[in-house]
Amino acid sequence: MAGEGEKKPVLEMVQADGADDGCVTFVMHDEDHTLGNSLRYMIMKNPEVEFCGYTITHPSESKINFRIQTRGGIPAVEPLRSGLNDLHDVCQHVLNTFQVQPGAVFCCNVVLQMNITSYLWEKKVNYASI
Amino acid sequence: MAAPMSNVEEIRSRVILGEFGVKNVHTTDFPGNYPGFDDTWDMKRFQKNFRIDVVHLDENSMEFDMVGIDAAIANAFRRILLSEVPTMAIEKVFIYNNTSIVQDEVLAHRLGLIPIKADPRLFEFKNTGDESAEEEASEIDTIQLQLKIKCSRNPRASKDSSDPRELYLNHMVYSKHIEWVPIGNQADVFADSCIRPVHDDILIAQLRPGQELDITMHCVKGIGKDHAKFSPVATASYRLLPEITLLEPVEGEKAERLKRCFSRGVIDLEEVRGRKVAKVVNSRLDTCSREVLRHNDLKNCVKLGRVRDHFIFTVESTGIMLPDVLVTEAIKVLMAKCQTFLNEMNSVDME
Repeated sequence: MAGEGEKKPVLEMVQADGADDGCVTFVMHDEDHTLGNSLRYMIMKNPEVEFCGYTITHPSESKINFRIQTRGGIPAVEPLRSGLNDLHDVCQHVLNTFQVQPGAVFCCNVVLQMNITSYLWEKKVNYASI
Repeated sequence: MAAPMSNVEEIRSRVILGEFGVKNVHTTDFPGNYPGFDDTWDMKRFQKNFRIDVVHLDENSMEFDMVGIDAAIANAFRRILLSEVPTMAIEKVFIYNNTSIVQDEVLAHRLGLIPIKADPRLFEFKNTGDESAEEEASEIDTIQLQLKIKCSRNPRASKDSSDPRELYLNHMVYSKHIEWVPIGNQADVFADSCIRPVHDDILIAQLRPGQELDITMHCVKGIGKDHAKFSPVATASYRLLPEITLLEPVEGEKAERLKRCFSRGVIDLEEVRGRKVAKVVNSRLDTCSREVLRHNDLKNCVKLGRVRDHFIFTVESTGIMLPDVLVTEAIKVLMAKCQTFLNEMNSVDME
């Protein structure tokens, strides 16, 4: 399964014995309602999906069980993938809309480039520049 | 008066405040729920309907309307603002000397909560994984601060004075006494944006003559989920836009009473043929109290609701970053989460 081995797993797939690919529980590590609920909404908007829901297994475990059941035997990874893509695109649109607001400073890049050498700019890009 | 809405349309788009409870709380516009509606996700439609209006923006706080998005996603932004946008905060406190009355651990906790003005986007998260690198503070992940202060008697104080402010020197330790000690090339890189506490006047401890503090601190990058000191906001919240509809004309004394049931500025009285007639002028100001529903003759004249997809966001920064920067960072964090899982799925497929 996903991410097994030396690294800590990010995403795992759990299926009952004999279940088809359309009924899968994904275990998402280090996630909570933030991604769980917004992703559930996007996936529920997919007409191929019969059921989508998530639970937080226990307050002291930082993971969610994310369940997807599809109609007509489509593999459950498909709606998951398109849901993640849709949510990403929604965020991109929200970000674009927010940044063209007349009141809002055209933030991040302007501030960053003002006094930072290119050396730093190359090294510190992970979170800031998606 | 607004054109009446069909019953289904109302269930889909409004939260109704009734006398004994709130109706239509959940989002229900999913495919298959409503015959005759196509509720499949449609990016074009979303882009057409979505808008953001900035109502207020200053260096510490902002208010904006986010319209045409579901609560699930708006709530994700709010949650990320509170607990997943990174900032720099004091994580390690090395106490070389503390003869003040404040215990070491209490002092360390107080120091941790002081907001530090430093752009977290220019720093890396410190690796907690390998123990060997644990103690090493490097220029890319740590800010070093120093607090060195000693209290003494004021030689110029008048003899009969009893005011501590006059008797002692340095008896109040404020956040302004914290000094930044650049590591490596930090002095050059952050020359323009001097790293320091956001506020100069946070009282850390009080001293008496002879007492002193000698402390070195390490700030690291972290998120609010780990500790509230890393949270970049004082508050981040949203409310739904209230909507008040008058179902029938309300006149005279009833109109006066109706006006008093709502927040100031929501209902206005107009003079029509010598009679005062109530009119909704700005339902946004309402607090959504249900006072009007306690009046038996008024409760059937009005409909109280909230627009399900109109979020009035209020973001109050701690001063480390501008509030609009915080919102863009929050959106990017959610995008990063999606990307993490997409990458994970793609890498598994390739194996």
